[in-house]
Formats: sequence, C-alpha cells, structure tokens
Amino acid sequence: MVNFGFQLNTSSRVNLDKLDKQKYEKLIKAEPDILKCMACGACTATCTAGKFTKTSLRKAILLLQNGDEQGAVDNLKGCMLCGKCTIVCPRSINTRNLINNILKIYSK
Amino acid sequence: MIYEGKKKIWSDYQKDIPDDHFFYVRSCIRQSFFPASEQKFLEICNQRLDKDFFETEKHTSCGGIAFHSDAIPIETSLVIYARQFSLMNEFGYKNFVCSCITSFGLYCEALEMWREHPDLEAKTREILWDTCKREFTKPEYLVHTSDMIYKYRKQIAALAKYKLINNKTGKALKVVEHIGCHYNKIFPSKSVGGAEYPYVLAGMIESWGGEIIDYPERRHCCGFGFRQYLVKADRGYSLSNTHKKFESMEPYHPDFIIANCPGCTYFMDRWQYVISEMEHKAYGEYGYGIPVLTYEEVAGLVMGYNPWDLGLQMHQVNCEPLLDKMGIEYKAKDKYKGLNNKNIGKPALTPYLK
Amino acid sequence: MNNNRNILIIGGGPAGLEAAIQLQKLDYNVIVVEKSDHLGGHLAEWDRLFPDGIEAKEVLDKLLNNLVGVKYFLNTDINSINLLDNCYNAILSNGITILAKAVLIASGFELFKAERKQEFGYGVYNHVISNADLEAYFKNGKDSRVVESPSRIGFVHCVGSRDEKIGNIHCSKVCCVTAVKQACEIKEKFPNAEVFCFYIDLRMFGRGYEDLYLKAQQEYGIRFIRGRVSEVAENIKNELIIKAEDTLSGKPIQVTLDLLVLMSGIACSTGSEKLGEMLSLSKKEDGFFECKDSIYSQQLSNKKGIYYAGTCTGPKTLPDTFHEARSAAMAINMYMNKE
Repeated sequence: MVNFGFQLNTSSRVNLDKLDKQKYEKLIKAEPDILKCMACGACTATCTAGKFTKTSLRKAILLLQNGDEQGAVDNLKGCMLCGKCTIVCPRSINTRNLINNILKIYSK
Repeated sequence: MIYEGKKKIWSDYQKDIPDDHFFYVRSCIRQSFFPASEQKFLEICNQRLDKDFFETEKHTSCGGIAFHSDAIPIETSLVIYARQFSLMNEFGYKNFVCSCITSFGLYCEALEMWREHPDLEAKTREILWDTCKREFTKPEYLVHTSDMIYKYRKQIAALAKYKLINNKTGKALKVVEHIGCHYNKIFPSKSVGGAEYPYVLAGMIESWGGEIIDYPERRHCCGFGFRQYLVKADRGYSLSNTHKKFESMEPYHPDFIIANCPGCTYFMDRWQYVISEMEHKAYGEYGYGIPVLTYEEVAGLVMGYNPWDLGLQMHQVNCEPLLDKMGIEYKAKDKYKGLNNKNIGKPALTPYLK
Repeated sequence: MNNNRNILIIGGGPAGLEAAIQLQKLDYNVIVVEKSDHLGGHLAEWDRLFPDGIEAKEVLDKLLNNLVGVKYFLNTDINSINLLDNCYNAILSNGITILAKAVLIASGFELFKAERKQEFGYGVYNHVISNADLEAYFKNGKDSRVVESPSRIGFVHCVGSRDEKIGNIHCSKVCCVTAVKQACEIKEKFPNAEVFCFYIDLRMFGRGYEDLYLKAQQEYGIRFIRGRVSEVAENIKNELIIKAEDTLSGKPIQVTLDLLVLMSGIACSTGSEKLGEMLSLSKKEDGFFECKDSIYSQQLSNKKGIYYAGTCTGPKTLPDTFHEARSAAMAINMYMNKE
C-alpha cells in the first residue's frame, strides 16, 4: 500500500437511519418514562458522580437515542445510585430504575 | 424532483453578463493541472465565436493561495487586485473575466470590502500609486469564465459536432455538476442560479444534450480549501470530503463530472487514485474512475476538438470510456505524443484504477 | 351624519366575524368586506385546533350561524379610504361607497411562502410540504406529495420566523404547538411511522400545550431533536435526506425521511400594506400594525375611529383573537355613543 502520509477520516455524523432499535424498545418496556425526558439537565446538574466523572444521565439518554450504546454504558459506570437525580427530575422519571435498566440491557 | 420549482429559483438569480469585450486574467496553477483549458477557452471565444477576449502578459496571479494561507496581509492582496484592474483600464476594457473560481471569489470580496470600507479603498489606491505609479477604476462587470461559456452555450451547441449522449443507447449522459464554493456560496446574488440550485453548469449540460444528476451531497464542498491542504498530514480531511461526495453519487452511476473550479476539478480527479489505493475501489464502470472535466474541456469535446489537444491525457482518471460513449474519434496511440510528436512519457499503471 | 350607525369591518376572518356579531347585536349597521371568496379566513382551511383537537369547522359554523343581519361583501377590496369630516369614506372595488364613523381593521395574516427558504426544497423536492398543506391533507385526505405509508416523517420548526435573512426576526408564536399537534395527528394516521420534530426552542406557552408536548413524547413516541435542519436533498429513491445537528449532544445528524413538513411562520398580510398607507397607520419593525399601547390598549390604534383585532397586530391564537374582537367591539360601541 502506498504511504500517502494521511488517511481517510471517519465522519462524526450520526446516521439515524442506521439505528438498531431492538434494545431501545426493550428499555422503553422496562422504563416507559424514558420517553418523557425533555433533556432539561437537572439530573446532571445535581449528580454526585457528575462532579468528578463524565456521568450524565441526560447525555446517556441522548447517546442511546443516537445509537452510541457503548458510550452510554461508559457514561453511567460512575453512577452510585445515590438517587439525587430522582429527587430533582421535573417529569418524575424513576431515574435510578432507568439507569439500572440501561446498564442491564446495554452492558456486554 | 419538480423541475419547475428549480426553474423558478433560477429565474431569481439571473446574472447580468455582458456579451463581449472582456479583459481576461489567467489562473496560476490551472495551467499545470489542465493545460489546454485556458488556451481553448480563448480559441473558442476569440476565433470560433468571434468575440474579443484580451489578455496581457503584464498581469499576475491574484495571489489567492497566499491570501488563503495567511501568507500576506489583506492590504497586499487588495493592491494586487487593484493592479489587475488598473491593467484592465490601461487596455481600455470595462468587463473583467477571470479563469479561476477562487480568484472570482476574491475579486468579488475585494469589491465588497471597498464598498463597505472606503478607508481601505483609499489606502489601496495610495499603496498602488506608491508602488506602481498606477491608478484604477473598478470594473463595470465582474464575471467568471464559466459564466461566459454559460452565456455562449447555445452558440456552442449550434457549432457542436457531438452531443452529450451515449452513442450506443441514445440516452442522455448522466452528468454530475460541481460548483466551486467561492462561486456561489459567498455572494449568491453574483452567481447564475444562486447558492442552493446553481445553474451555470447545469445550463451548459442541458444545452449540450446531457442530463444533470441531483444527488444528496451535491452542495457539499470538495474539501480543497487551502489551509487544510497545504500541510500534508491534514490532507486526510480534504480527501474525506471528496470521498463523501463520491460515495453519495455512486448509486447514480454518472458518466462524468463537470466542475468550474480548478481546485475542485483537480481534487475530484486525483483523489480517485488515492481512494483506489486506500479502499481498492473505483467509482466508474469496469474498474475505471469517473472522468472529471473542466467546462472548457467539455465545450471543446462537444465542438469536436482532438481530446489530446484538450489535455485529457493529463487527467488522472482516463477519459477514454467517456470518449467512446460519446462516439468521439481519437487516436489512442497519439495519447502521449506532445508537440511535434515528441514522446512526453507514459505514466505508470495504477493497480486499482484503470 | 349624526345618525350614521355604519361600522366598516375590513376582513372576514375570525376577528372580523366575531366583532361583527357583537356589534350587530348592539344594533349597529355592520358591513364586512372580505377580499377572498369565503368567510372565515384561515379558520376555514384548518382541520383540527390545538390543544384539544376541536374541529375547526365547529368553530367556523358557530361564527357563520351567528352572523344574522350582518352585511358582507366577498371578493371585494378596498380601493380607497380616507377621512371626510368625522367619517371614513371607503370606496370598494365593487363600486359601492361606505361612510362609517368607525372602522375595524381585521385584515389578518399571511403564511410565509416556504419556497423562499431554498435550502428546504419546497416546490423542488417531491415530499416537502408546508404546515398549511398538511392541514389541508388532514381535511381532504389527498396530497400527491404524501406517500401511502410514510415510515419516517419530520417537522421543521421556525421556517420563515426568527430569521434575519428572510427579514422576519419575530417568533410566529403558534407554529410550535401546531407542529406538536400535527405530529400527534400524523402519528395517529400512520402509527408505525417514526416522527421527528426539529426545533430551536419549543414554545408551549398556552394552557394545555405542555400536556400536549408530554402526550406527544409519552403516547406517540415522537422524538424532539433540538437543532435546525440546514439542508434537504433527495436520494435516488426520491426520499429526503435531512442534515441537522443534535445540539444537545453536539453531533451532526442525518436521517432519511419520506415526508418533511415545514412550519411556515406568520407575517402581516400584504393587503394591509396598502391599507396602512391609505390610512397612515404605523407599523412596527416586524411588519404588523402598531397599537396605541402594547399592554393596555391593543384594540386601539393611533387614529381616531380606527380599531384593531386579530393577527394584523401580531401572531396570536384563536382564543386571543376572539377576546380582541369582543374588546374592539366594546371600544367601538363606547366611541359611537360618545360622538
């Protein structure tokens, strides 16, 4: 192979056509309130782990919706299930249940 | 796709292009990439169409590469453009036509800058006088050579020997048109057709019998730029943009690509080799690439010029499949014979691109 | 002249009709002039109203049934209108002259022409329609641009609104809730479709709107993506390829859709330009008429005897339009009694 000194870069664009919705449908069954999330960020703002790691439930949900399953799992690894996010969620989502199910369904 | 919808938009962007008497300035690197294009442009316009396109050996490069790589300050650039305009005045012309899209973009920007910042214009005049003892007036019309071929497209069609039709099937050739970003994205009102649905190349292809393809990444930049290209390690970014375009146009199986910017034509032609080495993939039929032509080359082919006189042998992607489709007669053995039958040397074979 | 009980109402939409009904009940001689061929304005073109899905026809019928005694002219323009002594002298395009002490301007709004946003391809690509087109589709059941069973549908908010390039920097107020309403309605029609709403800000200000938003997410699974669609293209199967950014995750996204609905915004109707000039009525920068006072007296103009109601003074919902119509009727009544 000729060494050109550069390579083709992969596009960072998310292609929503290529999403595999199987696991997401499972997650919706386990915690239907995930559909209510309006990405307000209150959970992330109060998150204990979020101050020192990249843990952010808002981000994890978005990553799942954009097909980055591993990213979502890595994101939530720091969660200690302290429950502060559940207290502040304005749409009353049982966030601890959601986090548990995300890790259960998407962890390899 | 609703053609009438596009036509309506095109009618909003009708550019005022004068018919004759132009001061012509060349591109600096275009003559190396596509040697015959500028020469044939002048021949077609001056000899075949009886127009007056004048060029003087005193003119210079517009300094676009230096401008885009931040090698010179803006005042220097403006003085270079001012000097070109001054030459235009000297030889008695009011209409300015340039060969390169980047130049066109820069001249348009200069005129706009002088309009918005009269102090910059005053400074330019001052420096021009100090350095060259010259004065200038702005051109009445500033156009690009693709605008001129667009304007003359019907006359060229009348003189045409070949049409953009597949000889064997009788169907119109499928053509991808690519417009240089600096032509219509900066000043859409100064382009034919505007920014979203440009018509300058589409109009030419339609008049010469071809069919334009609209594919998803049509508006996408080819990735040339300047900054990101100059440093070798950054070229992957430029390459990836062109690759994105090729992947998007592949399902349509275009017969050739026409482009009006030297950088775009160069990139889309040369990168097909790089992609063939990296991905072992060719985008044309039977292992060939998709030929990429300048609009002068297409005009020349349609008018019946010898393909080797048009410089097609200098293209990375071999154009023979296209010539065969159009039914153009050419002598394969003359391909690498230059002036006076001198052998100009044959390039090495590329393993993944015929 | 003193016994002149004429009141001229310019515009036969919801504002004009409701004011006419109120004023007719107070024994005035109400004349409504409407430039199109039907009464009801845009209300006559809609299917169901937000937030509860009440049928537009129901509301329109209420208005038309209560219009007893009101005189109206259809397909009629105001050719000229000026102040003569204390009365407004209007010459209509049908040759009739009307002398009225009080004039109510209810000339309404016009929808932004979606083809002006060229990057969205309205009128160029087959499956791009506007909010008005979709509403008509719901009403009439037919539009060749809507395929038999679309699997992916997108809504683009803020088309022609909040847009400096177009010259409309104002927010058209009602398009966000309309988009959510239409998204729910189209999901009801095509339950297996995936529906996306591309928004910049979601303006769900009214009573019942937030509930509609929640319903859209929870019951219909509609995905709201915060990010503006930047360009629309067509692929080889004539499907639409949309490029947007999911700003909340900071990633550019691409999705293939079978149908794209553009939420065209609201602007002051072009008929009002001429009207404004003839009566020297001031407009604000957003192109809508300027009221005497934007807090306390929105039904009043700066000219004696001229009153405003409805969207000619800015985007508003139907309930607000009806409030203004009744408020203008009351103001006109008090004015007529004083003179």
